Amino acid sequence: MSTDSLPDVARRTRPQRSRVAVLAERALEALIRLSGMSAILFVAAIFLFVLREAAPILVKDEFSLVQFLFSTEWYPTSAHNVRYGTLALTVGTLSVTTLAMLLAVPFGLGAAIYLSEFCVPRVRETLKITIELLSAIPSVVWGFIGLTVMSKLIVSTTGAPVGVNVLNGGIILALMSVPVIVSIGEDALKAVPDSYREAGIALGATRWQLVYRVLLPAARNGLLAAVLLGVGRAVGETMAVLMATGHAVHIPGSLLDSVRTLTANIAAELGEAPAGSDHYRVLFLTGTLLFLITFAVNLTADFVIRGVRRK
Amino acid sequence: MALAPAPTTGRFARTPHVARKERAEKLARAVFAAMAAAMVVPLLLIVGYLVWLAWPTLSLEFILDVPRRGMTDGGIWPAFVGTLYLVGLSLLVSTPIGVMAAVYLNEYARDNWFNRVVNLAVINLAGVPSIVHALFGLGAFVYAARFGYSILSAALTLAIMTLPVIIASTREALASVPIAFREACWNVGATRWQTIRAVVLPNSISGILTGVILQVSRAAGETAPVMFTGAVFYKSVARGDLFPYALTDQCMALSMHLYTLATQVPNVKESLPYATAVVLLGSVLVVNASAIALRVFLRGRKKW
Repeated sequence: MSTDSLPDVARRTRPQRSRVAVLAERALEALIRLSGMSAILFVAAIFLFVLREAAPILVKDEFSLVQFLFSTEWYPTSAHNVRYGTLALTVGTLSVTTLAMLLAVPFGLGAAIYLSEFCVPRVRETLKITIELLSAIPSVVWGFIGLTVMSKLIVSTTGAPVGVNVLNGGIILALMSVPVIVSIGEDALKAVPDSYREAGIALGATRWQLVYRVLLPAARNGLLAAVLLGVGRAVGETMAVLMATGHAVHIPGSLLDSVRTLTANIAAELGEAPAGSDHYRVLFLTGTLLFLITFAVNLTADFVIRGVRRK
Repeated sequence: MALAPAPTTGRFARTPHVARKERAEKLARAVFAAMAAAMVVPLLLIVGYLVWLAWPTLSLEFILDVPRRGMTDGGIWPAFVGTLYLVGLSLLVSTPIGVMAAVYLNEYARDNWFNRVVNLAVINLAGVPSIVHALFGLGAFVYAARFGYSILSAALTLAIMTLPVIIASTREALASVPIAFREACWNVGATRWQTIRAVVLPNSISGILTGVILQVSRAAGETAPVMFTGAVFYKSVARGDLFPYALTDQCMALSMHLYTLATQVPNVKESLPYATAVVLLGSVLVVNASAIALRVFLRGRKKW
């Protein structure tokens, strides 16, 4: 309400703040608004700057987008007939991510169910703190664990010639994405109203019957979002897969084959690609592709979660 | 709430059906507990194993000493202090922006399409792969802004990368201040900003602090974003020197040092990479644990 509409007396007796204070507050609020929008700015800037470095390759005659997406031949530094096909890398990412999810989803959701439905508060607090610490372990340390501990373990148990392969990367990635799945999954289960549980128990259901007849269907969307965010984390992970999956650019035939992922490929070759070269630009194009993939995954997860809230 | 076991005799004796369902219940509980344990036990085993192998080298001297004999021996001081620089500088940039963004989202934003887009942007910023952040830092700060390969470029890249962490935790802290506190303040004639400064921020400052601490640990562990924007394999630094780097210098970083030792340097003393990993892991876990401890302590003291 502006002061103009007040009667004269009220305007005179009401304490007025100095003009400077009012202006300073306006300025600060503008700054706060600007910061609020900064996230949009940064996401757009990331996309545009990465695309800007990649764009010149797209208009070159020798470069074909079809080859980039669907060829398995990645020979970025050969003397003649340079080929940039990322299919083997995409398959590498898919294979490691799929294995990671096959391991992480049952364990993550199981742990989330245990946390939210079965355990006593004391155990729950301890487990939640452990999971938080688990998620804080830096990816380079995970990679190091894969390279040393896990690799030795795989060689000695399976007799594989090298320990850095799909299996190793998958296990490491599973351990890395489990905390995400657990915490989002637990939130989803918590969001189911207690009246659902009470109704189930009143009908004589056990906890387990309650979980699979009532809670899982009711929390379906939230749990799906948890899995999607886990996938996003696994697809985007760089250092751990760089160190744990080996370095072979080919389509893996078995779990014990080495692969290279889209992310690891950028990390491995960016240092050697001269700025402005075709190789450098193709790596940025791979980055654009990765950005779009994770963007789509995260967006889907958000819509799925929003679907729950609306209900 | 525990379910009372059914009596075994008399009128309410368990029928075969009840017995079956209770067996299923026990089995389910055991399976889920095992799944939860399956996440915790490997963590303990792995950390224990790393410490065991690192033990011969691990000491305060290891942190304070510089790498020797072509990085195959000695300590990690240049990398340790480099990480301090990167984290400190990125914190200076991202904390104010992040806190203000959270204030906007929690205190000012209405529920309209624009703010849904802002929310979506925050979520997506958190989901951008770290290597894409590295590409962005290289394209934007190193080349476009002409900061070159420097601490400045690397810290700015880290700042943008950790921004979602601080936004999310600050928002949570702000949201935990009851709306009645704000209403009381508005009712005595305070403006929105006066309310935020006098009531909302003082009541949530500890939660915001927790978020800042979490951001430290996140920034300290990142490798890919600093690898291509300002961190180098080796940089000569005096032992224990606290101010070896200028803003436009390149620096060593603990996370990248671990990567280098593990994959690039031949004939490294066996316990050296393990000790580096333990120092990095230890610092991150200590920082995180202190954030958790702070949070638990403050939750206990909360008056509402």
